[in-house]
Formats: sequence, structure tokens, C-alpha cells
Amino acid sequence: MNLTAHAPILAVAVPLLGAFALPLWAKLHTSLRDLWLVLVAGVTGALTVLVAVQVYTVGIQVYTLGAAWPLDTLAPGGFPIRIILTVDALSAFLGLITVLVAVVGFSYAWRYLNEDEGKTLALTLGTLLWAGMLGMAFTGDLFNLFVFFEVTSIAACGLVGYRTWASRGPEAAFKTMVMYTVGGLFVLLAIALLYGEYGALNLAYLARQISGSVVDRIALGLLLGGLLMKAGAVPLHMWAPDAYGEAPAQAVILLVANTQISLYALFRVLFTLYGGVADPAIGWLVVSLGTLTLLVAALMAVVQMDLGRLVAFGAVSQIGYMLLGVGVGLTVIAARPAYGLVAIQGGIFHMLNDAVAIGLLFLAVGAVEKAAGNRNLANLGGLGHDLTWTTGFFLLGSLALAGIPPLNGFASKLMIYQSSFLLSPILSALAILASILLLAVFVKAFQGAFLGPRLRKAEPVPVSMLVAMGVLALGVLALGLFPELVVRHLVAPAADALWKGRDLYLQAVLGR
Amino acid sequence: MIGNAPFVVCMVLVLLGLWALLFRRNLIKVVIGIKIIENGVNLYLVATGYVRGGIVPIYTYAPPDAAMVLPTPQALTLTSIVIGLATTALMLAFVVVIHRHKKTLDGRKVTELSG
Repeated sequence: MNLTAHAPILAVAVPLLGAFALPLWAKLHTSLRDLWLVLVAGVTGALTVLVAVQVYTVGIQVYTLGAAWPLDTLAPGGFPIRIILTVDALSAFLGLITVLVAVVGFSYAWRYLNEDEGKTLALTLGTLLWAGMLGMAFTGDLFNLFVFFEVTSIAACGLVGYRTWASRGPEAAFKTMVMYTVGGLFVLLAIALLYGEYGALNLAYLARQISGSVVDRIALGLLLGGLLMKAGAVPLHMWAPDAYGEAPAQAVILLVANTQISLYALFRVLFTLYGGVADPAIGWLVVSLGTLTLLVAALMAVVQMDLGRLVAFGAVSQIGYMLLGVGVGLTVIAARPAYGLVAIQGGIFHMLNDAVAIGLLFLAVGAVEKAAGNRNLANLGGLGHDLTWTTGFFLLGSLALAGIPPLNGFASKLMIYQSSFLLSPILSALAILASILLLAVFVKAFQGAFLGPRLRKAEPVPVSMLVAMGVLALGVLALGLFPELVVRHLVAPAADALWKGRDLYLQAVLGR
Repeated sequence: MIGNAPFVVCMVLVLLGLWALLFRRNLIKVVIGIKIIENGVNLYLVATGYVRGGIVPIYTYAPPDAAMVLPTPQALTLTSIVIGLATTALMLAFVVVIHRHKKTLDGRKVTELSG
């Protein structure tokens, strides 16, 4: 068996099977479960990296399910009827983000979750969510996009609400589930409209056929609505702070990666599926939604007193920066490719930076909650005396998120500011204003929770949690100090895949 | 015009479901609203695959040169029904837990989270 050819489907199948086998191992012994999780995570990570290396060095990888040979994408009539996975540089980039987030999250969860508080459940759902995210990133047809969308929805809501002994978790999970399900049904209705018109589900085939008729526009609107609901953009963000606030910390960083995967699906729809009939009006819509998101979420963060919800609004506002970057790119790329590309690169680079920086913050909040017993800023104070490392990590994460120069948030935000300035100076002024607001919010939170006199003795944070945070903190520093390296080798191919790579994407599947 | 009637019915179902979702406060009725949207979408999928005078799409049983209805939308609908079962079960499970804690199903009264 040729491992390289089969790697894309194995990267989805291994965590899927691994997740369902996890509770069975836990029945025997919890250490067997942990061993199994290490094995599954290691194999999945290695397979995803293998796929990514192939994509970055050789080119787009396709995998046809059920064909005699994985590269037989076309049936004898010259028509793609089978389920096809298509992995290009952007999919691989998102795959790598999920690997980073999942590995860090699981090593954090090892000591963060208590055995008698549903640790097996949380790990199972986390692995399932990972499988769904990889599936969404790698899939090459619309219907499987919907299937994996629902897999991630169910796993994510399970993670938010599995702690049924408290009332807030299930309530947040119900709210989230309603939003996710309605979003999923919008996506399904759009798929049905496109199928009714073109009789196909394959993304590449549809992209070649699409004509921009009224039905296509309705389908695009439904896809935008459904995917933005899942990405948590304002005005469809009301689930996000609840879910981020109530889920355990290691699950929250998976949820953040999940919103980025929805954004990936949105970009795939906008650029690859509708790239042939691109319309600047759609770009302006994305730009205005992005600006609204980053501003409203930053303003909402100001009034929060719960540390978890405060960081959650920070996370929602980062979604706005990604939408702004890619929306500016979509608006101008046809007219001025050079700076449209910088905008798209900024948006995509910000995905990685956001996963690292906001992940670090959420993990630090989880550590605070474990050490001090609560997260309310009114009751916290002086944690810096006992939790030296966590204090440093929180400070690093908040400065990176607010876009302070030597750290990673600055590198991508600068690209977004520059390119949106060329579209309209007001946009970049608003984006900078939101960053300043976030800085003020985080300074307030840092001062309230970590500085001041010691209120009571805090429990020490376990070493494995510190190591997980340390990995992300190193990421914050490294991405901030060497952004050119990352942009040139990882981000630029991913941004090219969206615009210049569209024909390659179609050729990889359709063969001409 | 009459050929479009199934599609119109599906859209009416979707809108009814959305109305229930937005204006009903009882959590069970919210779930029912989502199910109605889902059934509208599933009906739409099946309706797109219909061919006038078509028969069941099984090659071995079909007479030669008979028109068949499209098999793909039926497969999609089946998948979507199974997914819908899972999401509905999960949502109802959350409703049961919420009711156990709050002893009410009124969406306005259960909420502890805001903003």
C-alpha cells in the first residue's frame, strides 16, 4: 500500500476510529486510554504533516474514495461522481493548525481534567472534533463539507455541555447547537439548490459550471449565512462567548480552531466555488461584516467581569480581522492583484497567530480557574505572587492579541492594516481602534487578576499544563520574530491557492 | 407552474420552521422548529431528484430504456436524516438537563448567560 497516496483519507479516518475506541480502552484502564490517545494523536499528526509536506513540495493532493486508484477522479464519462478529497496548500495549512491545537490541548488536558468529571468523554469528543475539522479542511465536495460540518457541530456542542451537573454548560451548549444546526441546514439548502441546478456536488466541477444566476446568488447567500453562523461573526456571534466561557479550557482552543475551519470553508466557497463569477459587492459585504465583528466584539469585551467571557469576546473580535483581511483581498484582487494578495496573506497568517495567541490566553484562564477556584474579576487579585509562569503567559498572550510589535499578532495585523488602508483609511482606523480597545481591556484584566496584594493562596499549576502553555508562548515569540519565514514558506502558498491556484485546483480534479 | 409546487411547499416549511425558531420561547418548540426546517430541506432534496414518470433507480430491475429518478439526492437525504436524528437527540438531551436544573422550559426564564 502506498502510504503517501492514502494519507489524506487516513488522516481523517484514524482520529475518527480512534475517538470511538477511546471509551473502550478507558473501560479497561485509564492509562491504556491515555496511551491510545497518544498513539492516535501521534499517527494523525504525522499523517497530516505528511500530507502537508506533499502538498507544499509536490502540489495538490487528490484522493478518490472507492476508485481502483486514488488518482482516478473521473468516472468513464469524464464526470467526477465519487467522493473526492482535495488537499491544497490552504487546506494543508489549516490541517497543520488543527494538529498544533489538538496536540497542545490534549497535553494540557492530561492534568487539567479530573478523572471523575468526565475526562474520557472530553477526550473522546475532542478527538472526534479533530477528525471533523480535518475532514472539513480536506474534503473536495460540498456534501461532505456538510457532513463534516455536522460532525464538528455535534462534537463541539458535546464538549461545551458535557458537564451536566452544572446548569450553565448545557444552556450554552443548547444555544450553540441551535445556531450550528440552523447554519448546517442553510448550507444543506444551498447544496440542494446547486445540485438542482447543476446536478453535481463536486466543488471543482461546480466551480467550472457556475454561471452566477439568481439561484447561484441565493445559494451563495445561504452558504455565507450558514458558515458565518458557525464562525461566530457579528451579528451571529451570540453563541460564541457563551460556548467559550462555559467549555473547559482544552476544549475552547479546539472550538477556536473550529471557527477557523468554518472561515476556511467560507473562503473556499468565495474564491474557489464562486471565483469565476467574483463580485466586488460580496467582498464589501465580507469587509463590512469583518469590521463590524472586530469593533462590536472589542466593545463588548470592555464591560465583561468574567475573565473567560472577556477573553471570549477577544476571540470573536479576531475573527473580524480575518474576515477583514480576506474580504479586502476579495474586493481588490481582480483589479490590483499585488496588494489583494497581501491582504489575503494577512488574513490567513492571522488564523495561525490567533490560534496560538488566543489559545495561550484561554489556557491561562483555565489555569487561573483551577488555581484560584473562580474567574470573576471582582474576586480575583494578586495571582502573580503564586502563579509566576501563568502570569507571564497571560501577559504575553494579551500583548500578542492586541498587536504589540515584537509579538506575532502584530505581524499579521500590520499586513491587514496596510492593505485595508489602501482600500479605505477608515477601515484600518477602525481596526487599529479595536486593537487599542483590546489592549485596554487586557491591561485591565491583567491588573485585576494578577497584580495587587495576594488575596488567598493559589494552588500550583501542574507542570504539563505549563508545558502546553509554554509551547504556545514559544510560538507567539517565534512567529513574531521570524514572520517572513512563515509567510514565505507556509502562508504565501496558502494565499496563492485561493486566487492564482484556482485553475490548478480545478485541473487537479477535472484533469484539464 | 404546478411542477414547482413541491419546491414552494418546501420553502413554506422552511419559513414556518424559522418562524417557530424566532418567536417561540418554549425550548421543545424551538427544537420542533428546527426539525420542520430540516424536513423542508430534505423534501427539497428529494424533489430535485424527481424525474417525471421515473422509476426506482435499481438497474437490475429496470426495463431497458426506462427513465429513473436520480439516486444521489435520495442518498443525500438518507444521510441528512441520520445526521438530523443525532442533532435532535443531542438538543433534546440538553433540554432535559436544562429542565432538571431550572424546572422550566421557558427560554426567557432559563437564561443565566447574556451578552
